[in-house]
Amino acid sequence: MPALMTAADNIVVARALSKHFGEHTAVRGIDLDIPRGGCFGLLGPNGAGKTTTLRMILGQSHPTGGSLHVLGLPMPESIRAVRRRLGVVPQQDNLDPDFTVVENLVIYAGYFGLSRGQVQSRIDELLDFVELRSRADTRINTLSGGMKRRLSVARALVNDPEVLVLDEPTTGFDPQVRHLIWTRLRGLKKSGKTMILTTHYMEEAERLCDEIMIMDHGRIMAHGAPRALIREHVEPEVIEVHHCPPALAERLALDRANRLEHVGETLYCYTPDSGNVVPLLEGVSGLTWLIRPANLEDVFLRLTGRELRE
Amino acid sequence: MNAAIAALGSLDWSLPATGRGALAVWRRNFLVWRKLMWPSLLFNFGEPLIYLVGLGYGLGGFIGRMAELPYLTFLATGVLASSAMNTATMEGLYSVYSRMVPQQTYEGMLATPLTVDDVVAGEMLWCASKGLISSVAILIVAALMGAIDPTDSLYCLPVFLLVGFCFAGPALMMAAMSRSFDFFAYYMTLVITPMFMLCGVFFPVTSLPPALQDIVFFLPLTHAVLLIRPLAAGLPVSDVALHVTVLAVYAVIGFYIAVLLLRRRLIT
Repeated sequence: MPALMTAADNIVVARALSKHFGEHTAVRGIDLDIPRGGCFGLLGPNGAGKTTTLRMILGQSHPTGGSLHVLGLPMPESIRAVRRRLGVVPQQDNLDPDFTVVENLVIYAGYFGLSRGQVQSRIDELLDFVELRSRADTRINTLSGGMKRRLSVARALVNDPEVLVLDEPTTGFDPQVRHLIWTRLRGLKKSGKTMILTTHYMEEAERLCDEIMIMDHGRIMAHGAPRALIREHVEPEVIEVHHCPPALAERLALDRANRLEHVGETLYCYTPDSGNVVPLLEGVSGLTWLIRPANLEDVFLRLTGRELRE
Repeated sequence: MNAAIAALGSLDWSLPATGRGALAVWRRNFLVWRKLMWPSLLFNFGEPLIYLVGLGYGLGGFIGRMAELPYLTFLATGVLASSAMNTATMEGLYSVYSRMVPQQTYEGMLATPLTVDDVVAGEMLWCASKGLISSVAILIVAALMGAIDPTDSLYCLPVFLLVGFCFAGPALMMAAMSRSFDFFAYYMTLVITPMFMLCGVFFPVTSLPPALQDIVFFLPLTHAVLLIRPLAAGLPVSDVALHVTVLAVYAVIGFYIAVLLLRRRLIT
């Protein structure tokens, strides 16, 4: 029975899933299991294939190879049945500019076949949840960017979905908005909703996600819990040294446990134990350096490289 | 050529499968229209009024009668048909493109149980409804001016809808292929304006050179005019089945091709 249990507990099951656009391959035969409950993060640089993967899960892009099941149903054959149980917060808000806040929610509920009467009490709750109650009858074009984003989150919940899909939910927003959205998403996770999110912010992924998959060039580079990924792929501590004298860099390199990386004027020293490195640094006067625990961004850069992606 | 064949091969040719979702799309558009109803209706009433007063009275005074009808009646019954065409076309080009590209309305819809087929069906239904609204506005204006007897013209109402469907399909096809609003000028100038001028709205098609008549006979607006003019003027209609068939064939083929093209555009 364990195998069956696993299948039922997984929201998304992909096997050898691939997507070609003519000559270009966006996703190269990935296997993916997203468990029910918790938050699953899809990370990767631009063009890594994460948005394509997300679009295939939503039925907005059709796979060219492999198999994909969402909520136990085959995709894209079961688009309607699957989307009935999903909520989506898109990368760019696509609220209806001609409608008020409440009208946006009522009309969107209509796309799920839900009448105003059926969703009225839910809409009141959602407006409180995203703190837009006082704006209920305001037109969309007069809302700030942060308010629109919060309304997009509320709209994605209007059908009480089992799974919430968020494509870069806080990209481009100020810390106040980001923190409010994070708080709300953690609340939703606690209430049992499964979340799938893509993000460029490693901090966001570390705060929200229980499990993370890093993609690049259409492949899965790493997969696991954020802490486990850090343990697995990088040394526990990082020392950033600005304008490091060559002689010091050579001495740091003598210890085989240290891993050095030069980026511009800065030397990154990844080390299992900063206690061995700090005395060397303190010996050089006027040196600027800082020491910090390794984080997900270090893992990300290690796996996907530092070159720019456009 | 190979690229064209590859593009055809990559299309999803399955027949459109649309459900109640189309009504949700229609309802969304109707609710937006209701908010901006008065300026929209002012346009629907104002434009034909200018045509009918300017050309109907002004030009009509010189012409007198045309094809056995007072010129005002001849013109009004032609504009009934062309207005459904123009309104459905504008909605299918500009409004649909606005919803598809700058507003990303369809992106939002395609995150719900709605499918591309529902969106296209709902938009066609809405374009046809707008065509109906504009033609009914002309019906009222023409009746008030004494150009037609409104009791005769109720049979026209379903025909207005059919004409709207007929022109909505090709407009949606253009919107699906367009990369900007500017592209629509080609379609308006090369397709819609010639039909407006040549298909019998302002003068009988029979006064065109025979070779041109043969071409014009294949254009849908000709059949819309041949159907609507006698219905609205209370005259006997001939070849009803032919005219309805031509309009319906354009509507069905336009719908199917619009579905194919929008599937390709919206589902990557």
